[in-house]
Amino acid sequence: MADTAQPKPMGAHTSDSASRRDFLTIAASAVAGVGAAVAVWPLIDSMEPAKDTLALSTTEVDLGPVQVGQRLTVKWQGKPVFIDHRPEGEIKAAQEVDINTLRDPEPDSARVKKPEWLVVIGVCTHLGCVPLGQRPTDQRGQYGGWFCPCHGSQYDTAGRIRQGPAPRNLDLPRYQFTSDTAIKIG
Amino acid sequence: MAAPPAQNKIVRWIDHRLPIFAFMQHELNEYPTPKNLSYWWNFGSLAGIMLVIMIVTGVFLAMHYTPHVDYAFDSVERIMRDVNYGWLMRYVHMNGASFFFIVTYIHIFRGLYYGSYKEPRELLWMLGVVILLLMMATAFMGYVLPWGQMSFWGATVITNLFSAIPVVGQSIVTWLWGGFAIDNPTLNRFYSLHYLLPFVIVAVVGLHLVALHQHGSNNPLGIDRKGPQDSIPFHPYYTVKDMFGLGVFLIVFSVFVFYVPNLIGTDPQNYVRANPLQTPPEIVPEWYYLPFYAMLRSVPDILFIPAKLAGVIALFASIFILFFLPWIDSSKVRSARFRPIYKWVFWLLVIDCFVLGYIGAHRPEGWYVIVGRVATLYYFLHFFLMWLIGKIERPLPLPTSISAAVTAKGGGRMAPAGSRPMEKP
Repeated sequence: MADTAQPKPMGAHTSDSASRRDFLTIAASAVAGVGAAVAVWPLIDSMEPAKDTLALSTTEVDLGPVQVGQRLTVKWQGKPVFIDHRPEGEIKAAQEVDINTLRDPEPDSARVKKPEWLVVIGVCTHLGCVPLGQRPTDQRGQYGGWFCPCHGSQYDTAGRIRQGPAPRNLDLPRYQFTSDTAIKIG
Repeated sequence: MAAPPAQNKIVRWIDHRLPIFAFMQHELNEYPTPKNLSYWWNFGSLAGIMLVIMIVTGVFLAMHYTPHVDYAFDSVERIMRDVNYGWLMRYVHMNGASFFFIVTYIHIFRGLYYGSYKEPRELLWMLGVVILLLMMATAFMGYVLPWGQMSFWGATVITNLFSAIPVVGQSIVTWLWGGFAIDNPTLNRFYSLHYLLPFVIVAVVGLHLVALHQHGSNNPLGIDRKGPQDSIPFHPYYTVKDMFGLGVFLIVFSVFVFYVPNLIGTDPQNYVRANPLQTPPEIVPEWYYLPFYAMLRSVPDILFIPAKLAGVIALFASIFILFFLPWIDSSKVRSARFRPIYKWVFWLLVIDCFVLGYIGAHRPEGWYVIVGRVATLYYFLHFFLMWLIGKIERPLPLPTSISAAVTAKGGGRMAPAGSRPMEKP
């Protein structure tokens, strides 16, 4: 646009002035487009978890009253977390599995912090149902862990997928022992 | 700007079955618009854009709002503090209401000055008045939702207007409330209607535009277009002008949203949770209702009509009289530019509305009462004057055409637009 110094008669439309108009149109549209995108972002971002929702991201659980063989369900970030006070038999069964036969190979030691306490997120990794097995009367499947009523996935006593359509073992939440008989999830 | 047949095969295929592209071509590219529109003609499109902004921010706010008396106030505070950009959405929505009214009021006064309500645009005008009524109802119910003190007591006062109706008044109010005071049922139905009415407004705006495009925009001269030399296509000339106006408008709007969000957006009392047992010391409605509020409080007992009922009648009459404006105004000349007497009376009405607004913001005691009564009386007198002036006024000679007037003012420095190659080759 260096030739703007030379005045041209009004109305003399050359290809030069046409490209200048194109430039202005494209530049203005680009700025408007960026502006619209910037304006839309806060609306989209507002649908993310709000700060008070994020602040609810930890759950503390007292394990003291949980008997051996008892399973406990607690809510963490809106989801069920299964806590299993595993008896010797369950621990042994979980440890003795040849992990090369598993769909999602993980040794039992990688899934627990203390062998007698299994803490997993109780959401089937297939399509999000809550598997059965928390109550003694529930079906637990042939591996003694959990059985998902939606599509028949079966988990063992370490929460590993053994049979059915689920692709992964039950997910593990982040947690730590705050004392011998208490954990903080999240 | 003749309609080029669509080049794209897909566009042609769709257009053959659903003529959406032909429609846009016709209503934007071919739509002839007077070439002398001033910036006062920007405010219609600004109002339309405000409507969109209000609906979009409203839909997202509704995702976080809880319409229950126990949670409403807290959910709004949660939007302000915890929801990502919640403060921005709420401040845009809150100040957006004010700015929606600002642009709409300017739009209305522009129509009043240039006679845009006159034949053949009577229905266009009346649809506009319907939109104004819907806007007022929507804004009122929206103001109740945060469930602050002003929400509660504003709702109490406004719904009690209907108790002035003889015999059935109290029954109607109970029905409106769904109880014996403003309470949870009232909040729920206001929320439902506050979500619904904007879409009704969209529908009426659609009709408003259909009516507009039937005869096209009025213009500052108020004379009809006589041929192609008087008009230019809406796109790109007025789309560009509207976009420029939008840019200026958004700058002003942003100053309020980002720097003084509570100046005109809401009353400090509304940051106090609603208390059904304690009326705040002063109930002041939002600024856009103040002139009407002033009339409500100003009217005294008239003959056998008690002041309460008379005030309510005045309030509603002040808007409903606008429906009859096309027939009250007896002048055939549209633009006040050529009406030497009406031009001044128009500005008196503008001043009167500001006076009423000022009175509405102050306690009705002392001289405020007197001024309020005079201003209310003058508001209605204005419409009588409109009829009278049309009968006695001698309008100035009208230009022969828009083109003639524009080129006469341009001083021949530029050739008429029609003879110049305005378009790209």
